[in-house]
Amino acid sequence: MNYPSELKYTQSHEWVRLEGDVAVVGITDFAQDALGDVVFVELPPVGKTAEAGATVAVVESVKTASDIYAPVAGEIIEVNSALADKPELLNQSPYGEGWLFKMKVNPADVAGLLSAADYQAVAESQ
Amino acid sequence: MKTTPLHQAHLALGAKMVPFAGYEMPIQYTSITSEHLAVRGLAGMFDVSHMGEFWIRGPGALEFLQYATLNDVAKLKVGRAQYSMLPNERGGLVDDIYIYRTGESEYLMVVNAANIEKDWAHLNALTQGFEVQLENASDFFGLIAVQGPHAVARLQKLTDTDLSSHKKNDTFMGKLAGKWVRFARTGYTGEDGYEVFVAPDEARVVWEALLAAEVTPCGLGARDTLRLEAGFPLYGHELTDETNPLCTPFSWVVKGHKAFHGKQALLQSPCARRLVGLQVEGGIPREGYRVLKGGQVVGTLTSGTHSPILKKGIGMAYIASELAEVGTPLEVEIRGRMAGATVVEMPFVRL
Repeated sequence: MNYPSELKYTQSHEWVRLEGDVAVVGITDFAQDALGDVVFVELPPVGKTAEAGATVAVVESVKTASDIYAPVAGEIIEVNSALADKPELLNQSPYGEGWLFKMKVNPADVAGLLSAADYQAVAESQ
Repeated sequence: MKTTPLHQAHLALGAKMVPFAGYEMPIQYTSITSEHLAVRGLAGMFDVSHMGEFWIRGPGALEFLQYATLNDVAKLKVGRAQYSMLPNERGGLVDDIYIYRTGESEYLMVVNAANIEKDWAHLNALTQGFEVQLENASDFFGLIAVQGPHAVARLQKLTDTDLSSHKKNDTFMGKLAGKWVRFARTGYTGEDGYEVFVAPDEARVVWEALLAAEVTPCGLGARDTLRLEAGFPLYGHELTDETNPLCTPFSWVVKGHKAFHGKQALLQSPCARRLVGLQVEGGIPREGYRVLKGGQVVGTLTSGTHSPILKKGIGMAYIASELAEVGTPLEVEIRGRMAGATVVEMPFVRL
């Protein structure tokens, strides 16, 4: 299982990559492995604002549907439209082409999320 | 948690194990979709050793089974099998089953793992007045389902018995990978193939030989998506203690010309709702989701998944009888959002 050290993480298995005041959000390698084949992704409308912890997307695998939460407060400014036709990108490239959405955020909020080592401990205790 | 005789084989293959009907079972080895496609395209195998097996023997075996099951057991010649159901006294179902006639007055009944104890108690309570002996042999069988368009060819490499000359629902003894097994040309995927009953301590040898013959190991995840695409019911979902089979596409199982347990109740209860297949646009339907028509709730999903062949959401639902016609447009509520759905014929895919 892969836990890139440059990313921040949540207890609910999202990852965040900060680019200025934009947070790129996806689900972790651990999460995609647990879900299995992803077959459908429901993304939020661009312009939606969300509190930290609010449900903003849904990832469906063959087995189950899983809510995706906003890791921090912010506004959705872009979604990964490639997932509409290729939801399997979440399995193939969870930290790359399988990203879910971008949010405009307060960068200080992202600093408070889990480090890779802390997230790995959370994931592997499950 | 119980395990099957193939438990170590699953662990050796790195399967993801989950609890199912009291057993620790493989849900997938690699991915549900790839295992699904292996069965639709080539050949896959499933450990279904958790299923229950009852022997029904004696001069009154036929008479007893005619009373205890819905299909016409008198039609079964030795070496033939049929799908059937166990009715309760209220017109509902105790289980859905398969019956194999293995001798003049000997039958093997295969039941759902989750229902072994319930079925066993139910059947024993019905034996009074019949010259019949029942034996719960569930722990004495391993069971491997080998399914797919190439399944028979792959099996044939491991046996001298001619498998191609037998028809669907035939059953017979033969040697497979050097071990005596009972072959049955049956299955739960909609594909050709055999189910292989094998002694528990010989199951691993047969499993490894099938692996070497390039049969893909498949878990319960693919078993569920395959049976749904094929339009087969799963007890506990489409069929329950309260389900009248006459309100389902499986009403053909009910043979009204014979007497059976609970017949009057079954024939008299009206169908307010009927079981249909639904194809759903823009989302994956799941068990328990509501079906609506013009904002009114008209039914409930009993199973739902993503069809790897259609690449669409499919499901089965009980809906108001007047809306059960193929082509009827409906909606399915997916987490507060309405997705378009259509009543379609089952099987969902061409088999």
